[in-house]
Amino acid sequence: MSAAYEGAVADLIAELGRLPGVGPKSAQRIAFHILSTDSDDVARLADALIQVKARVRFCAICGNVAESEQCRICADPRRNDTQICVVEEPRDVVAIERTREFRGRYHVLGGAINPIDGVGPDDLRIRELMTRLASGVVTEVIIATDPNVEGEATAAYLSRLLGSMGVAVTRLASGLPVGGDLEYADEITLGRAFEGRVRLDA
Amino acid sequence: MHVSDLALNDFRSYPEVVLAIPPGITAFVGPNGQGKTNLVESIGYLASFSSHRVASDAPLVRQGAQRAVVRARAQLGERARIVEIEINAGSANRARLDRAPVARVREAAGIVRSVVFAPEDLALVKGDPDVRRRYLDDLLVQRTPRIAAVRADYERVLRQRTSLLKSAGALRSGRRSRTAAPPAPPPDPDGPTGSEPTDGRSGALRTLDVWDAQLAAAGARLIAARVELVRLLRPLAAAAYAQVSSAQGDLELGYRASVAQARPDDAPDEAPPGGCEEELLAVDLVEARLLEAMSRLRPKELERGVCLVGPHRDDLELVLGGLPVKGYASHGESWSVALALRLASFDLLRDDDGWSGGDPVLILDDVFAELDARRRTRLAALVAPAEQVLLTAAVAEDVPEELDGARFDVMGGEVTRVR
Ligand SMILES: Nc1ncnc2c1ncn2[C@@H]1O[C@H](COP(=O)(O)OP(=O)(O)O)[C@@H](O)[C@H]1O
Ligand SMILES: [Mg+2]
Ligand SMILES: [Zn+2]
Repeated sequence: MSAAYEGAVADLIAELGRLPGVGPKSAQRIAFHILSTDSDDVARLADALIQVKARVRFCAICGNVAESEQCRICADPRRNDTQICVVEEPRDVVAIERTREFRGRYHVLGGAINPIDGVGPDDLRIRELMTRLASGVVTEVIIATDPNVEGEATAAYLSRLLGSMGVAVTRLASGLPVGGDLEYADEITLGRAFEGRVRLDA
Repeated sequence: MHVSDLALNDFRSYPEVVLAIPPGITAFVGPNGQGKTNLVESIGYLASFSSHRVASDAPLVRQGAQRAVVRARAQLGERARIVEIEINAGSANRARLDRAPVARVREAAGIVRSVVFAPEDLALVKGDPDVRRRYLDDLLVQRTPRIAAVRADYERVLRQRTSLLKSAGALRSGRRSRTAAPPAPPPDPDGPTGSEPTDGRSGALRTLDVWDAQLAAAGARLIAARVELVRLLRPLAAAAYAQVSSAQGDLELGYRASVAQARPDDAPDEAPPGGCEEELLAVDLVEARLLEAMSRLRPKELERGVCLVGPHRDDLELVLGGLPVKGYASHGESWSVALALRLASFDLLRDDDGWSGGDPVLILDDVFAELDARRRTRLAALVAPAEQVLLTAAVAEDVPEELDGARFDVMGGEVTRVR
């Protein structure tokens, strides 16, 4: 589709089209929106894109997005060190923080087991999780992967792996929309799922 | 029940069409390719949110449009309900029930019940097992929309596990040919342990146990639901067969489960055919059997890169006078069996517990042209009393006399009531 446009416009459409959820039609629409937008506004957008790559990195401990070596949550001394909540993506941390139900630490896996996409356990931050558990401070691991087939498989894999480590392994209670993404669950549902979490290793 | 009003936007060939349809018999008549099937397909779609012609939704959206909308007003006894579904080409579908959005699309499914007879139905008898599995599953979803989630999960797990078997199998055979070592022993049945170091190459295999468990859990529920359905259909199909055919011999349905056939050779006392049906209703037991079969078949599955056991390998058995229908029955007998299966669905959906809508909408898409005179007459007489019968035919002569009623001409996208 972008073949119909020349040079800079074609490049922009092609780049936009690589973003998740943006098809060729939307890419075109966004490109022409940008063309007709004030230069200052466009500069702010471009700057935001550059800044996010320059300033934001991933927390060395939990894998969440961070602006320094550690993320805000890992750096917060008031958080409870005995609980770790395992999620797929940084955006899931945001969703759970919104519920104010959880005061422990997080661990971001960076995805879920997904053979179709070629994602196995070694592609996730599981080894880092095991390292964090080795100190013995953590007594409960709460698995909050997405309530879909891949999230369930990841939860089952982790609970088998952690079963022998002497920590309690719990899973968020059902009631979350099945087949969905954690980040889309509303606060109340997600909060309830937290309260009603169940032991996987019992 | 009957559909009293239908409105389509960008569904199949229709940019827009609005129809008022009477109860009783209505024929849609017009030359081929004019949009008769498209029309009745839209009503069929409302039953289980799937089409009788295609497995995916994409072809339902008019070429060049972003979304199709099907809106129907259904009269269920005294109560009128309005079901509306928006079929999106790229994203998730959306539904409204009585003009209010529903949280989950399937909450609006199953309000408009229907049974579709189509020329493709002969494949129920002569086709591969997937056609018969689809017959069962579509009927399940229509009766219990909740089961759609189990079915979708199962299909997803199956794809994931197949993908894993393929990549793990490729790694294994690659390693074998390089080192000429004997095949690897089956993995530790206790699964991965905490002390096990992570090793990229065995990474895939370590998760296979997890996928086995997922497949067994969803698979067992699907099997149990199908077996329960077969038991309900059995007497209905036998009675319907006797009514549409004059032939001798009884129609018998059975559920052939790959998990029952995959039992080891030394399994205790070989159960008689159909004798293990009772056991297939016990979800926990079937789940354990599936797990056992997968661990036994693992080397073979890795070698071939396919899932060898589970509801995706099962079949609905059709037996006529003691002989399998497929391969033995004549063309006419095969048609009688296909019609009997559809008539059985109609009876089942009508008399379901918890359903008070009466007759499902009966849709006969171009079937009379396929049948000989006797079957035509019998079928026409059997369906005529239904609360609403919608039929399509290329020419008026293909509409049996018994099914005289309202008539719409369908021509070039225009649908006009002529009688
Ligand atoms: N998604 C679609 N967009 C546009 N046209 C379509 C679409 N799907 C089917 N058609 C057209 O609909 C026509 C077939 O309509 P159909 O209802 O099957 O005809 P019939 O009257 O023979 O039953 C064909 O011309 C086909 O090209
Ligand atoms: Mg047709
Ligand atoms: Zn952190």
